[in-house]
Amino acid sequence: MKQNLSYREALSLALSRAIAADNRVFIMGEDVGEYGGTYAVTQGLLKQFGPERVRDTPLSESGFVGAGIGAALGGLRPIVEVMTVNFSLLALDQIVNNAATLSHMSGGQFHVPLVIRMATGAGRQLAAQHSHSWEGWYAHIPGLKILTPSTPEDAYWAVIDALEDPNPVLIFEHALLYGNKQEFDPDRRQAQPSEKATLRRTGSDLSIVTYGGSLGKVLEAAEQLQADGISAEVVDLRCLRPFDEQSVIDSVSKTNKLLVVEEAWKSGSFSAEVCTRVASKAFYHLEAPPQRLCGVEIPIPYAKHQEEASIPQTADIVSLAKEVHAI
Amino acid sequence: MSNPAKQSLGFLKDMIKIRQFEEACAELYSAGLIRGFLHLYIGEEAVAVGALRALLPRDVVFATYREHAHALIRGLPPKDLMAEMFGKVTGSCRGRGGSMHIFDKSRNFAGGNAIVAGALPMAVGMAIALKYQESGGISACFFGEGAMAEGEFHEAMNLAAIWNLPVLFVCENNRYAMGTALSRWEAQTDLVKHAESYGVVSRSADGMDVMEVHHAAKEAVCYVRETKKPFFLECQTYRFRAHSMFDAEKYREKAEVENWKKRDPITTFQEQLLQAGVIVQHDVEAITQSTRNDLDEAIALAKNDPLESRDDLCRHVYKEGSEA
Repeated sequence: MKQNLSYREALSLALSRAIAADNRVFIMGEDVGEYGGTYAVTQGLLKQFGPERVRDTPLSESGFVGAGIGAALGGLRPIVEVMTVNFSLLALDQIVNNAATLSHMSGGQFHVPLVIRMATGAGRQLAAQHSHSWEGWYAHIPGLKILTPSTPEDAYWAVIDALEDPNPVLIFEHALLYGNKQEFDPDRRQAQPSEKATLRRTGSDLSIVTYGGSLGKVLEAAEQLQADGISAEVVDLRCLRPFDEQSVIDSVSKTNKLLVVEEAWKSGSFSAEVCTRVASKAFYHLEAPPQRLCGVEIPIPYAKHQEEASIPQTADIVSLAKEVHAI
Repeated sequence: MSNPAKQSLGFLKDMIKIRQFEEACAELYSAGLIRGFLHLYIGEEAVAVGALRALLPRDVVFATYREHAHALIRGLPPKDLMAEMFGKVTGSCRGRGGSMHIFDKSRNFAGGNAIVAGALPMAVGMAIALKYQESGGISACFFGEGAMAEGEFHEAMNLAAIWNLPVLFVCENNRYAMGTALSRWEAQTDLVKHAESYGVVSRSADGMDVMEVHHAAKEAVCYVRETKKPFFLECQTYRFRAHSMFDAEKYREKAEVENWKKRDPITTFQEQLLQAGVIVQHDVEAITQSTRNDLDEAIALAKNDPLESRDDLCRHVYKEGSEA
């Protein structure tokens, strides 16, 4: 049955259903229990499932992410919540050196069916240490899977699909999305698995490729472009590793123009990967140089106007899309 | 032969087997057949043997990059280990891991780990699983004293203590974190005090004495299994060889090394057993010969084994059959 759920409620529903359905599943992280989760995603779960299935942890990111890996090796299906993407840097050793390597390094003997969830992105005036977008960084690492759900329905299925995956899956939840609502049926599996990109809007003049927190702005921009007679197709990547490059190539083969939008800094970013793949695999379909709209390369400032200026906004997308279209 | 005598003979055989294996590794390294980093355990054999022989097959073991001994005592056949050192597809990890990353899932050996203290949080998580599944197993992790300066040691101790998890922490204190002596980097050199500060029951044992290590480990394992709480066991030992094959050993005096060699865990234990009449010289010769034969066979077989096909380079990055 269809329900009108916020991104937060969708995640919460997926988590509670998963814990109830499989006794191997448990969640742990900072303030996921008594406090109810920093973004209130785990509200009520402790009361429902008890402290063994909903485990509050000390402020020890490396310790509890590593413990999640160990529990996964031991046959459980842990979901580790890291409060924000910024704190995940304290657990980078465990994620990169252990979770991502153990299967290959052990010759396929050990697997790490671990889910790590974290809030990502800017937009809440939290300044330079709480506004990062590291999903592109993590997408660099073989052995991991990187999901970036942009809608409540995607968020729901990200959790379900990640738990069914025998590999380590990281879910990046843009912090501005938690309140967004959508009507969808959580009992009806999505046509596209979480690892595949999807078209959010069809168009014929250019392809705008994005993911996560930027999708809403890109769709708004596409509306405005339409009013000016420009038909933009919007591709939501949904997953950065594995990267569904074929969906992007298919779209560009049709529109012949590409603009990639993301919050992360431009140099060495995931948008560069998208452009490179298109340039090397669909070069002769391109009628204009691929363009990127990314975060300005500064530590993100606190002041609202400067924060807004440091990440792509709807007007910026419209403006660059028009330039790309005019070529 | 009585049971205690059999056990003693078994421990002696274990230690000789490890020593011979690693001496062969050093030669094979010089001959260019083994590459990468090679960290030898020579001098520390009593720790792995005494402690691992106190565990059950259902217990899960995490070790460091100096882990040939641990793999062998867990039951990994010397041939599988040697083939891994040679980078052969028949090696325990298809040649992906090498000396520092030996894994054997079938024997609950969750690996060598080349990040100092990197395995400790995983050992804690494994204990969550073992306790939750009521498996009766415990999680055991080995690490050097150098790991105790890492934050992950402290995070792991705290988590195991606060969550009452069945983890046996075995600190192999060989006095040098690579080339830096304990007193040069640790403000509190009484290592047991670190663990005690987390409310973890702790003790120190003479790591050059296999029976002392074994008795201490048996008590510790018994405590961990019954209470499902962690235990910290420090074993004071000494590495006779260099840190790795690239170490000129400028940080310690030759006389210090020679002094410790007088306490060689193999020769001292062998002498004790001979003097007590538990074994006779012939037993020693028989053990030495039989482990030597096994080793020679392992080396000969591993040398002839094939390499992994280049076509398989990208296998196992994700679980087979699960790739998108």
